[in-house]
Amino acid sequence: MHPIIKTILVRLSLGLMTLLAVSIIIFSAVEFLPGDFTEAILGQLATPETIAAFRKELGLDQTALVRYLNWIGGVLQGDFGSSFSGKGSVTGGTGGDRSRDVVDLIAPRLWNTLFLAGMTAIIAVPLSLFLGVTSALYRNSIYDRAVNVTSLTTISFPEFFVAYVLILIFGSLWPVLPTLANVDAATPMLERIQRCALPALTLTLVIIAHMMRMTRAAIINLLASPYIQMAILSGASKREVIIKHALPNAWAPIATVIAFNLAYLVVGVVVVEVVFVYPGIGQLMVDSVTSRNIPVVQACALIFAVTYILLNLIADIIGIVTNPRLLHPK
Amino acid sequence: MSSKTKKSDVLLSIKGLKIQGFSDEKWHDIINGIDLTLHTGEVLGLIGESGAGKSTLGLAAMGYTQPGCRITEGEIIFDGVDLAKLTDGEKRKFWGTRMTYVAQSAAAAFNPARRLIVQTTASTIRAGIKDQSSAYEDAQQLYDVLNLPDPENIGERYPHQVSGGQLQRVMTAMAMSPRPDLLVFDEPTTALDVTTQVEVLASMRSIVEEFNTAAIYITHDLAVVAQMADVIKVLRYGNEVEEAPTRQMLSAPQQEYTKSLWSVRSLEKSQQVVKDSVLSLKGINAGYGAAKVLNNVNIEVPKGSTVAVVGESGSGKSTAARVITGLLPQMSGSVQFNGEDLPPALANRSKDQKRRIQMIYQMADTAMNPRQTVREIIGRPLEFYLGMRGSKKTQRITDLLEMIELDASFMQRLPGELSGGQKQRICIARALAAEPDFIICDEVTSALDQIVQEGILKLLLRLQEELGLTYLFITHDISTVNAIADQVVVMNQGEVVEQGLKTEVFQPPHPEYTELLLSSVPEMDPDWLTNLIAKRPQQSS
Amino acid sequence: MTDIPKSYSATGEIGATLQKRSLWARFLLDLKKSPYTARFGMVVIFFYIFVALFAPWLAPYGESQVFPAPYEPWSKEFVFGTDQIGRDILSRMIYGARNTVGIAVATTFLAFLIGGSLGLAAAINRSWLDQILSRLVDVLMAIPSLIFALVLLSIFGSNITNLVLIIAVLDSTRVFRLTRAVALNVVVMDYVEAARLRGEGIGWIMRREILPNILPPLIAEFGLRFCFVFLTIAALSFLGVGIQPPTADWGSMVRDNASLIMFAQYDLRAGLTPLLPAAAIALLTVAINFVVDWFLQKTSGLKDE
Repeated sequence: MHPIIKTILVRLSLGLMTLLAVSIIIFSAVEFLPGDFTEAILGQLATPETIAAFRKELGLDQTALVRYLNWIGGVLQGDFGSSFSGKGSVTGGTGGDRSRDVVDLIAPRLWNTLFLAGMTAIIAVPLSLFLGVTSALYRNSIYDRAVNVTSLTTISFPEFFVAYVLILIFGSLWPVLPTLANVDAATPMLERIQRCALPALTLTLVIIAHMMRMTRAAIINLLASPYIQMAILSGASKREVIIKHALPNAWAPIATVIAFNLAYLVVGVVVVEVVFVYPGIGQLMVDSVTSRNIPVVQACALIFAVTYILLNLIADIIGIVTNPRLLHPK
Repeated sequence: MSSKTKKSDVLLSIKGLKIQGFSDEKWHDIINGIDLTLHTGEVLGLIGESGAGKSTLGLAAMGYTQPGCRITEGEIIFDGVDLAKLTDGEKRKFWGTRMTYVAQSAAAAFNPARRLIVQTTASTIRAGIKDQSSAYEDAQQLYDVLNLPDPENIGERYPHQVSGGQLQRVMTAMAMSPRPDLLVFDEPTTALDVTTQVEVLASMRSIVEEFNTAAIYITHDLAVVAQMADVIKVLRYGNEVEEAPTRQMLSAPQQEYTKSLWSVRSLEKSQQVVKDSVLSLKGINAGYGAAKVLNNVNIEVPKGSTVAVVGESGSGKSTAARVITGLLPQMSGSVQFNGEDLPPALANRSKDQKRRIQMIYQMADTAMNPRQTVREIIGRPLEFYLGMRGSKKTQRITDLLEMIELDASFMQRLPGELSGGQKQRICIARALAAEPDFIICDEVTSALDQIVQEGILKLLLRLQEELGLTYLFITHDISTVNAIADQVVVMNQGEVVEQGLKTEVFQPPHPEYTELLLSSVPEMDPDWLTNLIAKRPQQSS
Repeated sequence: MTDIPKSYSATGEIGATLQKRSLWARFLLDLKKSPYTARFGMVVIFFYIFVALFAPWLAPYGESQVFPAPYEPWSKEFVFGTDQIGRDILSRMIYGARNTVGIAVATTFLAFLIGGSLGLAAAINRSWLDQILSRLVDVLMAIPSLIFALVLLSIFGSNITNLVLIIAVLDSTRVFRLTRAVALNVVVMDYVEAARLRGEGIGWIMRREILPNILPPLIAEFGLRFCFVFLTIAALSFLGVGIQPPTADWGSMVRDNASLIMFAQYDLRAGLTPLLPAAAIALLTVAINFVVDWFLQKTSGLKDE
């Protein structure tokens, strides 16, 4: 087998094992629920029968392994179970189950979140790569120092600070952009983009600093290698040094930087969605945490974790397929 | 090489060059006003110890200064143009075409993502000296002249696909491809094993001769420079000590400093014959995981003598030391010390067994904790093994410092405040503090400058005489063996090739490998390489 | 491209015989050469420490003292006005320095205690312990920590103890990785092998040989970790699942007064009110980042990321 394929397979199986482990962790979170949890949900007036019925409905009377297999089997078929909220009202067994399927709750919001993250990535990735590469090239120039201090400053800002400053400027003092990003499936694309403008701008500002600094560090690291000095001494121009010598070896570090920051974006989205009341999966997760709606929390966490793991996996695979040592084995 | 007698045109002339480097928040002088003249087709050897500024001067000959350095005075006239006055863009027209560079570490100096032939010919094609097909053809011929295997196809490979010695020759081909007027070799063989070095040296020399290229050869190895250069310039602390044609420099150096550089070669221990063994390795097999490094190794170390273990990288000589110390328990075989079997694993050995075997490392820098003072470093074994405290301990540290020719004022210093030779002396004192019977010296002089080496070797010999110590001396350097050993063990690929008294091992007849190893060690004779090549059957690695 | 082996540089011989300076003298010298950003950072950090320590004396009113005047504008009586139930914003800002910063410091310490000691142990032991811990950390780090924190808080409930424990454990994974990585660089040093050959115990090797040599990168990391923890806790509080009322805390203050921002058109100062606690958070992290950046450049043990 070609060593590249072998390395990729090893990496893929490692990723799968991580996914498995993560799903177990997220699932077993329920195991740590304090004993009076059902009481907390149903209220203290619930009769022992109601509690027993509720436990049975949650499947808490089965062994953990069976419940895990049921859960993960469902997830693989796109079924995340049903939400806790509404279940409390099942008291007495009449009235039917008013709880909603988690997947119906999540699907539209997942699309919204991906839309916001994608919009941010389209602006932020090229911009920060450009800033990172140029400041590495003109290292220690005034430009580099200015970019460095600015990015060091914005890196330290909490997302909500950036968000509210933008709202203050573009929403209140000079009201040109909507401060509520309340979109739904019927919102036309242009309006959707307009409503997402402030959240996307916030995320861009937050992520660009990180990404630009990491790009800069990766490029500087690369430019310090002896073969770059050798290229200079053999008369290569600056342009040639960058394009022919640095870039072919830079894909792996750059892919890592992008993946890391997109993963960061996924997390940053939570706060931003809450600030702008954007109906995404992050806001859903925070609401569910507040109401302790565990199945929804689990589903959201699993989606976030899977995205995160996949992004890192892709970056590693890009690193593998561009590695000359693996591409051209001995 | 010194056969060239015709004085030709001046190619390069450096006058009053001063270069400063920025470190520790201020500018230091690296080169203090040096003159240098190089004629067409002449090879100049730049020799000096660390900090002499020879690399800086060599690069300056190309008009290049490393980041953090600057030229403050002087001119570098190459073919009528003052390089010191040109911008980088203007100098770039010379680089890679009229002047080229061969770096120390070929493995790091090649771009891992590009094929060798592409890198070999890049500057030639860029400058329009040749078109692609003729440049490729020429590169293949150069590979052939340089004795590379399969010269037609080796260029299609990537840097990681060929060996270090081959890579160094490919780099020479790359430097030669545009047929430069000046070639700068910066320690090109330092990273290579001695048997590989010979072949690389021979091919470099022949190609420089063939195209009558002027070259600057930078090295710290006198014997190597003697083979390569027509003229030798000795540098120290950024100043010129002296310059003379090679033969004259070797036979009659004028300056005290130059003479002292030559002297370590003359140090030679008179051999002692002892019968009782203090340590013996019996049928040792050892390795890391599945990889077996030592194969049925038997070594006898007589009491009070020095056994030198000689071999190239990968010979297993350091692994043998790890087995003796217990860091790497052997798979089979036994280590006997003072007549009793030592437990293989360090954890199972008694405190007294640990105390009796001490170790001195190659890199004194990494062998001492940078955050402990000399007092703590030497004091710890005294306290740990011998339970000394307070004034008794202080007195003993003072005695030990005196033994290694340092005074008590060193006690409060940190390793960072010592010079290279002082650091190694402290390491010796730390070993002595344990009052050992047996000391393993792992390449203890190879990171040091020539003169410092001599001091350390003399110290070790004196201590052996006074304290009756036994040394196991691991080295790759034959002149060090001459200086210190009674017995010699030659190792290759995990096996003992030959062992016995120094006189026996160094006298013919030799097993094949010993012969190869001994004959590959450069000698201070300008004709050595020529004679060796003539004697050896033609071979390509 | 230095002259021969790596350990010897051209300036090595000169550098090797530098005169001995006391720690304090060296610190003053460094301070003199420090960039303005770092000096600014240090002043800010000292200011925060001062405010946190002397909060009860500095604050004009009590931490949760309620006045019958919600959403008061800025005035002499209430410098930054009052919040939605009539508490003095300035006083809560001052107490917030104590609570928000204090909780973050405690969490960071705990994270270093857990991650640091396990990381050191893994670097030295390198066998099953290292394997188990490293795999565990890999898995824990595969879940974004804010998300993981949300999951755990939804299960255990939000109170300060849970918050500190959860964030500390999650953050200790990163400390573990760094400690292990830098310690591994030190463990392979010959002086550690020498200590081992001498027969020193693992405790001595850890304390005397390794710890002093990994301290500079760990100190820098402490600054960066603190920022991260501080921002995470602020974000959680802002989301309403972190520090709970009535404890004064900057994150939840932003949330409570956020609606005021739309009044900026009519009264700019009202609009600025919710930004004050957010700016307090931002200023401290900026200051720490400036100082750490300078420290890293000075010791240059770590590449900036």
